[in-house]
Amino acid sequence: MAEKLKGTFDVHKAASLMNELRSSFNTGRTRSYEWRVAQLQSIAKLVDEREKEILHALYTDLSKPECEAFVSEISMTKASCKLALKELKRWMKPEKAKTSMATFPSSAEIVSEPFGVVLIISTWNYPLLLSLDPVIGAIAAGNVVVLKPSEISPATSSLLAKLLEEYVDNSAIRVVEGAVAETSALLEQKWDKIFYIGSTRVGRIVMAAAAKQLTPVILELGGKCPAVVDPNVNLQVAARRIIAGKWACNNGQACIAPDYVITTKAFAQKLIDAMKNELEVFFGNDPMESKDLSRIVNSNHFARLKKMLDEEEVSSKIVHGGQWDEKRLKIAPTILLDVPEETILMKEEIFGPLLPIHTVDKLKESFDVIKSKSKPLAAYLFTNRKEVKKAFVENISAGGILINDTVLHLTVPTLPFGGVGDSGMGSYHGKFSFDAFSHKKAVLYRSFAGDATARYPPYTPKKLRLLKALINGGIFGIILALLGRTKN
Amino acid sequence: MESPKSLEKDLKELRESFRCGKTKEAAWRMRQLKGLSTLLKEKEEGIFDALRRDMGKHKAEAYRDEIGTLIKSINYALANLKGWMSAKKAPLPLGAFPTTAEVVSEPLGVVLIISTWNFPIGLSLEPLIGALAAGNTVVIKPSELTPTCSSLLANTIPIYLDNSAVKIIEGDASVGEQLLRHKWDKILFTGSARVGRMVMLAAAEHLTPVTLELGGKCPAVVDCIPNSRDRTMAMKRIVVGKYGTCAGQACIAIDYILVEKKNAAALVEALTFRIKSMFGDNPRASNSLARIVNRHHFLRLKNLLVDPKVQACVVYGGSMDENTLFVEPTILLDPPHDADIMTEEIFGPLLPIITLNSIEESIEFINLKPKAPAAYIFTKNESLMKRMISETSSGSLAINDCITQFAADTLPFGGVGESGFGRYHGKFSFHTFSHEKGILRRSFLTEFWFRFPPWNNNKLLLLRAAYIFDYIAIVLIVLGLKKS
Repeated sequence: MAEKLKGTFDVHKAASLMNELRSSFNTGRTRSYEWRVAQLQSIAKLVDEREKEILHALYTDLSKPECEAFVSEISMTKASCKLALKELKRWMKPEKAKTSMATFPSSAEIVSEPFGVVLIISTWNYPLLLSLDPVIGAIAAGNVVVLKPSEISPATSSLLAKLLEEYVDNSAIRVVEGAVAETSALLEQKWDKIFYIGSTRVGRIVMAAAAKQLTPVILELGGKCPAVVDPNVNLQVAARRIIAGKWACNNGQACIAPDYVITTKAFAQKLIDAMKNELEVFFGNDPMESKDLSRIVNSNHFARLKKMLDEEEVSSKIVHGGQWDEKRLKIAPTILLDVPEETILMKEEIFGPLLPIHTVDKLKESFDVIKSKSKPLAAYLFTNRKEVKKAFVENISAGGILINDTVLHLTVPTLPFGGVGDSGMGSYHGKFSFDAFSHKKAVLYRSFAGDATARYPPYTPKKLRLLKALINGGIFGIILALLGRTKN
Repeated sequence: MESPKSLEKDLKELRESFRCGKTKEAAWRMRQLKGLSTLLKEKEEGIFDALRRDMGKHKAEAYRDEIGTLIKSINYALANLKGWMSAKKAPLPLGAFPTTAEVVSEPLGVVLIISTWNFPIGLSLEPLIGALAAGNTVVIKPSELTPTCSSLLANTIPIYLDNSAVKIIEGDASVGEQLLRHKWDKILFTGSARVGRMVMLAAAEHLTPVTLELGGKCPAVVDCIPNSRDRTMAMKRIVVGKYGTCAGQACIAIDYILVEKKNAAALVEALTFRIKSMFGDNPRASNSLARIVNRHHFLRLKNLLVDPKVQACVVYGGSMDENTLFVEPTILLDPPHDADIMTEEIFGPLLPIITLNSIEESIEFINLKPKAPAAYIFTKNESLMKRMISETSSGSLAINDCITQFAADTLPFGGVGESGFGRYHGKFSFHTFSHEKGILRRSFLTEFWFRFPPWNNNKLLLLRAAYIFDYIAIVLIVLGLKKS
């Protein structure tokens, strides 16, 4: 059942929801393979059967083009479900662990168990994917879940509430809609794990709330993702891929969209020209009328972006685009050249269709530029040179790195997706999602067959010798010790 | 004691050491680990002495639980380091060729290890092994409650390790608070839940990931064991797992026992026998029993027995000496469930035995309490073992033994729920102090041209097909033969 009404979901309601879900979890029902599979199948069905409504909600919230919505949200969610269904049996199996002389004779394994009742706080830019993908992981791991979708994408939020109520086990999976008040009420409860996607600022608040309850957290935050472009790359391909990662990704409102580009002074104009060409191919010569660009999500964010553009020293750096329409919440794909570092545009995460290009004399200076900012969620490099790739991977710390493309690493389920430093902690996708929502319990089976009496009191010098031999001496040392002699 | 200014200076040096890149070299990391190993060997007598002074530990206990396990861990890290440091290929579907994917481990940066007093050397240096193996620079804040050990670390670490990259910062809670005001790239904290909350709250300000190794009430379910040899072994393990491990002052020591009513008397008798054989008839004179760390904890333990209803349950032991901080190995039978001794972590040599009508009731009893760092079961009954594993939750679980899971390099060591989160030991230490960075490499040669706008139905069809790797459909659509 969706708890919808603003202001009526308070701390008491949150506490009673928590109690109900805890009882649900304690029945043990969500631990069974069958239950998990049934929920995952239902979610796959939900996304399949209700695709039209979902696409419509995404269009209402974000003016997201159908193709983009299909690829980035529906397909990705379906793929995530499919993978979990295919691999769940394997993921649920205990992992055998080798044992050593230190615990001989014994056998050991690592058992995955659900944490219990988990809270997933989602966000607005990919409101379907970023709600259901973590939910899929939490369910696969056998947890009971509360999902709090973002109020900034209200159509998707209420659709999710409605659809999840229809399709999945309501006694174990619930949606709580609302804004700050509702989220705060939820954060006061004692969760077994919290998964948060959103801004760095709110990430701190979530972790501080979690600290009170000693709740482990996964924080998927943001940052300024750099795209470094080495001269002499295939300009057209590089330009297309940067554009795809920026403007074809919710019009730059994506945590892994390239935030800014770094290239050499000599190459900058060539890159700009190539991008202008490709932008026209992608979005036509009047991008404000293109149906293939998401709008800015709301007037708050529009004002935020406009403020960046209006700052002194910024508007004069626009080399392409810059048009805006407040009524329709549109800002054209905009490229800027060498905006001063002290401006908001260069200091804060843009999360919008403005792409500053920062030029350097030599490409290796780009590394220092990137390191002067906090660690981003992703870093991109376009180059043909092996040594530049190597140096980039070795020296640039980011959540993930993609060479010669943008954004796509998100689609690879065998790569952990998460941030580092200010861009977050923890990771998910594929098996990493299952692991993110599981406690890995070490289980040691000991036999009564053999034992080292040396470990028991009363302690004697002989026992000390034996212990030394046993723990670190190897077979020869043990024999010597038993014979009453030591190696040194 | 550090002044704020010298702390700033130290942190600056550590950051600079990290930034210059030397800690990324395998050779540097191995040198540090080997240096640590040499420290443990050359300063062994000093360490024994410090542990005896601070905690009254016998050399054998000190070696078994601290020095020996550290040497083992260092050897394991040295043997596995290259493997841990190497990039791991991530499988991609065939259609993704020639794209490649891998995961690369990188150090987090400057890390803080806050240690504690019961295994003051072990719990300072075991996390250090992981932090160094992963290529970080490190500050260790040892516990001020074990001052000899703390000074020993402060004096020896600079001699054996790279002083510009590893620092020991001594002091009390105020020093801890000062440290926590700074931005770390990772914090590993071992201690109480109360302080754990403060650490995490401070970390939240800087979005610092933390590993919290906390405590709890570790239960030991003791089933009927038919074979007498097995029973003897179980008794030995229980007694050493309670009283022989820092006199019960260990997060993974047995806190309380659950047994069936009909087996209780025999259990008490067997334990009593074993206690006497391990600690003698006059345990006060035993050299094999650690002492209580300080007066504060001594009084805390004394208070647990003050309630006459609890005192009446003492069936063995109970004597205490404030002057020598001695608490006798003590057994209680069925103290009230709401007494402090049954609601708070005991962390001392007092062992309550709770009797149940049937051993299966243990599961429910355990689940009523917060999740502990460890749970133990002594039984031959396989279905009870299975129930214990699947129906209770704890950091770790050992069957027919206790404590030894701590020594297993291949098992993650950490808590869950109230007993903490995060884990370390072996490769888990390496990972806990690393960032696993995903790397995807694409070629300029191949492209799904239909991934770019402007969108049209054709492209949508192609994308649908591509997502399910339906190559035939892709070819047909491209050839214009398949329409929606």
